[in-house]
Amino acid sequence: MKYVLMFAETARYAEGLAAMSDAERQAAYDEVGRWFGDNAARITHHVHLRPPHTATTMRKLDGHAEVTDGPFVEGKEIVSGFVEAEVADLDEALAMARSWPGCPVIEIRPADA
Amino acid sequence: MSSQDELARVVRDHAGRLAASLVHLLGDFSAAEDLVQDAIEAALRRWPVEGVPDRPDAWLFTVARNRGLDVLRRQARYREKLAQLAWPTREEPDDRLRLLFTCCHPALPRQAQIALTLRTICGLTTAQIAAAFLVPESTVAQRITRAKRKITDAGIPYRIPSDAELPERLDEVLTVVYLLYNEGYLSSTGDGAWSRRLAEDAEWLASSLAWTLPREPEVIGLLALIRLHQARAAARFDTGGRIVLLPDQDRARWDHSAIAEAGQLVARAAALGRPGPYQLQAAIVACHAEAPRWEDTDWAQIVVLYDMLLALAPSPVTRLHRAIARRHLAGPRPAMRELDGLAEHLDRYPLFHATRAELLRALGEAERAREADRRALDLTANPAQRALLEDRINWT
Repeated sequence: MKYVLMFAETARYAEGLAAMSDAERQAAYDEVGRWFGDNAARITHHVHLRPPHTATTMRKLDGHAEVTDGPFVEGKEIVSGFVEAEVADLDEALAMARSWPGCPVIEIRPADA
Repeated sequence: MSSQDELARVVRDHAGRLAASLVHLLGDFSAAEDLVQDAIEAALRRWPVEGVPDRPDAWLFTVARNRGLDVLRRQARYREKLAQLAWPTREEPDDRLRLLFTCCHPALPRQAQIALTLRTICGLTTAQIAAAFLVPESTVAQRITRAKRKITDAGIPYRIPSDAELPERLDEVLTVVYLLYNEGYLSSTGDGAWSRRLAEDAEWLASSLAWTLPREPEVIGLLALIRLHQARAAARFDTGGRIVLLPDQDRARWDHSAIAEAGQLVARAAALGRPGPYQLQAAIVACHAEAPRWEDTDWAQIVVLYDMLLALAPSPVTRLHRAIARRHLAGPRPAMRELDGLAEHLDRYPLFHATRAELLRALGEAERAREADRRALDLTANPAQRALLEDRINWT
């Protein structure tokens, strides 16, 4: 089955990353790189999004398009990327998410092929 | 035993196995579960009139299969599989376990896990679950429909978790069984027959789990805990249905051979060398159950066990129980001091206020004790608990 893992960052996670030394941050990135390597056979596609300050949202209401600054969900959790994976079932997708070393919130949802 | 109880037992013994076989065969949890539910409803309608058939499992299977051939008309794939199936199928000992892990998958909400387990594994109908939990039938039906849709659409598997996943997943299953037992044993809702049914279903689930996973100490611990409570259940109420507290219970009415057997289970679990919360709770209850008289209770041992439990699973409720045990070692005043530290966590917990009332009474503060009992009364809907508290408010 095809699943999408949606990764979200929290303010606390971003602060933690910002407070790291360059070497520590590099080590954290390397860990994420290793995760991608370990799961290379499952991952069919992945996208990393630029930070939320670069986002623009359009809302269409009654034929009118309103454009605003920022992501569409004004929340504490900001989507930062997607991984598309081909795995047997939800448990295998959950196991991937469990071993993910990056940001702390992950939504797992099946996707149509 | 009423014929209703017997009916429930027969259904329970066969429904889960039938569901497991059909899920296995069709590869579709939702479709299989619907067929079994239809067969159970037919049995509950017809068996009281026609009598329980000699081979209830074959009867249920035939009804489920015919129903399947009828309703799955458009799904040729399913029809072919069903048409070829003969009963009894080769028994797969793990089938029911697979089913249990699917029903208690952590991606499902807790209430849905409970409802699905009761329906699919224990063979309760939606109406029976609604009656047991005093919620509208439509609410239970909706929980089940949503859960089944999620199982199918989200790809929740039908299998035993891998060794790496097992501890966490087993924990989820044990939580559901334990909640079922508590609902039956403590029953906040009050119907005696339903309470007994839930408690028995929980014991049955725990014992089939212990049978299939004999080297999991927490499974054995939970089974022992449930059996220790069940062994003393008869003495918990007087003939008028009022609660009899532990010090006042007639210990001759306890089932001492069941207590001894449960004690052996506690020892067997401990020998596996992986202590856990259910084993420790069972060990604590065993201390009470094995004391010949209330005065013989080994409070020092109980406090040690509570300390171990708190180290593994800290919780304000456990601290409350430890304080109650400490009272019998150190007197009411130190116990009261421990309770004061718990007020902010347990203000909505009836036992907290009932315990405060007992300690205040022991300290000679009758008026404040009544006040605490009134607070406890406001917080519980359980009729037996309410009767006890009302007595205390009026007579002490």
